[in-house]
Amino acid sequence: MTRFILRRLMQALIVLLVMSFVIYGLIGLMPGDPLDIMIASNPGATPEVVAHLRAIYGLDQPLMLRYWHWLISALMGDFGFSRIHSQPTLEVLGPALLQTCKLLLASFVVSVVLSFVLGIVAALRPGGIVDSFISLFAFAGISVPVFWLALMMILVFAVNLHWFPASGMANIGDGGFMDQARHLIMPVTTLALANTGGFIRYVRASMIETLRMDHVRTARAKGAGEGRVVLIHAFRNALIPVVTVIALNFGTLFSGALLTETMFAQPGMGKMIYDSILGNDFNLALTGLLFATVVTLLSNLLADLAYGWLDPRIAVR
Amino acid sequence: MGTFLAPHGLAGGRDRKTRHDTRVTMLSRPLPVAALLGTLLATPAHAKDDLVIGVSSFPSMMHPYINPEVVKQYTLGFALRPVTALNAAWTKECILCAELPTLANGLAKIERHADGTEGLAVTVKMKPDQKWGDGVPVTTADLAFTAKVAHDPLSGFTNNQTWLGVESVDVIDATTAVMHFATVNVLFDRIPNLLPEHIERAVYEKAGNAADYIKATTYNRAPTTPGLYNGPYMVTAYQSGAQIVLEPNPNWSGTKPGFRRIVVRTIENTASLQANLLSGDVDMTPGEGIGLTLDQVLTMRKQQPDRFDYVFRDSTAYLHLDTQLNSPLLADVRVRRALLMALDRKTMSDKLVDGLWTQADAWIAPQDPVYAKGLPHYGYDPAGARALFKQAGWNPGDDGILRDAKGERFVLELRGTTGIRLNELFQAVAQQQLKAVGVEVTIKNEQPRAFFGETLKHRTFTGLAYYSWLFQPSYPARQTLGLDQIPTAANNWGGSNYMDWKNPTVEAALKVTETELDPAKAQVAWTTMQQAYAEELPVLPLFFRPESHVIPKWLKGYVPTGHTNYGTLHGEDWHSE
Repeated sequence: MTRFILRRLMQALIVLLVMSFVIYGLIGLMPGDPLDIMIASNPGATPEVVAHLRAIYGLDQPLMLRYWHWLISALMGDFGFSRIHSQPTLEVLGPALLQTCKLLLASFVVSVVLSFVLGIVAALRPGGIVDSFISLFAFAGISVPVFWLALMMILVFAVNLHWFPASGMANIGDGGFMDQARHLIMPVTTLALANTGGFIRYVRASMIETLRMDHVRTARAKGAGEGRVVLIHAFRNALIPVVTVIALNFGTLFSGALLTETMFAQPGMGKMIYDSILGNDFNLALTGLLFATVVTLLSNLLADLAYGWLDPRIAVR
Repeated sequence: MGTFLAPHGLAGGRDRKTRHDTRVTMLSRPLPVAALLGTLLATPAHAKDDLVIGVSSFPSMMHPYINPEVVKQYTLGFALRPVTALNAAWTKECILCAELPTLANGLAKIERHADGTEGLAVTVKMKPDQKWGDGVPVTTADLAFTAKVAHDPLSGFTNNQTWLGVESVDVIDATTAVMHFATVNVLFDRIPNLLPEHIERAVYEKAGNAADYIKATTYNRAPTTPGLYNGPYMVTAYQSGAQIVLEPNPNWSGTKPGFRRIVVRTIENTASLQANLLSGDVDMTPGEGIGLTLDQVLTMRKQQPDRFDYVFRDSTAYLHLDTQLNSPLLADVRVRRALLMALDRKTMSDKLVDGLWTQADAWIAPQDPVYAKGLPHYGYDPAGARALFKQAGWNPGDDGILRDAKGERFVLELRGTTGIRLNELFQAVAQQQLKAVGVEVTIKNEQPRAFFGETLKHRTFTGLAYYSWLFQPSYPARQTLGLDQIPTAANNWGGSNYMDWKNPTVEAALKVTETELDPAKAQVAWTTMQQAYAEELPVLPLFFRPESHVIPKWLKGYVPTGHTNYGTLHGEDWHSE
């Protein structure tokens, strides 16, 4: 087990190194220079000033040289300075990460619980009325664009009903647990609904397949109750492919909640990474994307370890 | 004035009675779930002494000279005051100074240097009773320090044209200093923000170089430091990417600020921003290009005519089409005139924005004191446009598209940026109107970074480029019209004369507008430039776009300016009623 984890961690380091190079190169290949946008509506910015700014931000150096400097500094623990936030990248990353953790963990828990329940219920009577409704709900979740769903949530629950605040993370001068929870309800619900649809489909399909297996039939023949059959004998086995999907999804979520964060004005990792890429903020983009990569790799590692727990026949070596 | 529309920016928008009814605690309900739900649904109390402004972007930092951004200058208007500024009537006024320096009052004098060249000595007299947020007086030491830092080209400062001309500053006493300009410069009386010497000098000297100063400046590292601000409000909370909170500066000696707290909240998606406005989570959106777009405001006005005040202010925002003068299609001035005559700008303005776009004949807005009347105007005249095309050798082919003598079709590329619905609507209408006179237009829109960073910067557009400028009134137009501002590899692709317009008469007049202190003589040069611009049409002038503000009916004292010295410079006059 230890050797397996160490080996996977070593592989992760190599992946991170390659990823850092690829990301840096891709951002560098993007057309345009952020300083040009900065001065686009500022007729007073002279070419001399722009040239000085370019030098100050290191944008006048060759891409590879910039990458090399970043890599050396990063290995020393210095991930550089964010140009668009004018702060060390780790200081920018911290609050964004905290916000993302709140949003994503909550939505992840909601969507996983909801999809497990609905997926199992749908699988019990495939083709029945309940299954049809749940499938409709799942397809709606998959199909509805997040920005539209978010906007509808705001219009219904903030504009018309005034139940929840339309945006922000907390009220000024408050910021207590309940206050933050109020601000999180709509973004969490939006993100959870967007993810639940896909999860339901996986759980349902996996459960239908598992419920047809011999060991389930045997359990029923031995007189086990339906609840025990479904939850203990079938669900645990059905979880293996679902865990893979969820683990992969978790890493993506970490950097992919851009629309939800934008619509509800909850600046987190997704928004931070998006802005940094568009703004040619190499240091911040790299740090953010590498962090998302780390989360994805760790999620996969945890999924692999979970296989062994879910099915003792799978040995981790 | 209904009390139900309280400045409820900090949460949902319900009246006091409803809030009272729904305010419950965990102890007041027997069921924990109901209590939890009740607490979640409860709306915190808020009063009219808070104002929440919804904006669509967030400043990168609060330093006034690093990273020029509209949202930053807008926010800083509440907290950091310039020495002089343009007011809502587009005339100069003293903010931190006691008297505006002019040649007439003797505070500005031409001085002759040892080498025989002329410069300017400008005496600045500061108001004596002004203090930074920490109680330290605002003095000429701040002015001298700011001049020193901003004059250093390595500082990477922008918006510092005035300071770049200042060669030295003689501090006479705490409230009087003389700024010496190397050359005669019409910008001598546009003296922008001061930096707090008592805070920033140590940071600047410790940094040793410009790059480190940018990183270390207190505006960046500790933006809630009271001593950084000398306006009626100061920044008391700074939540990167989310919101900035401003509260009254206890050491402000002017008009007492009207709000206990102003929150500038960032909601980047403008549809969401609109919903926040309707829900009451934000009270207003500014019209200075950082709030809702003009078409969104017009839609809101139709849907909610009585709920808000909709303020439209003529501005210097200039919508135009840059022409690629090196293109064989556009080299002939008759063709450029014909293109403009083929556009029905009045109908476009009427149909797209309820007539709120003002037609432009040059880049200077009609409200600008240097605006020249009687410029050539190219109204909608499709027949006249066809005649001009014919004179230029373009005749309609079988498909209706113009052809030259070689049979080449008149196919014109129209570039712009993606993501702005109104721009795309304009382009679609222009495409149709130009097709009606035989010009086939291909629209190619790009991300702003590609459009500004590649297409314009390297002048790779082959036809027309659609975008807008935001000028300061009466500001010399060197950056956009100067011969030395044509982006080339030799000048590191600097400058914004993307058209490659080379007009010696305009260049000479431009120099006069930069140096001539006699308003009458300067006006002759301004008129010459505008006349040449309107006749030669290196740029097809389209419209001046108004600022479109959405404000609550209870907000009083709100006076937008229409230019880059934003209305927040008089933010202490804003109050609720």
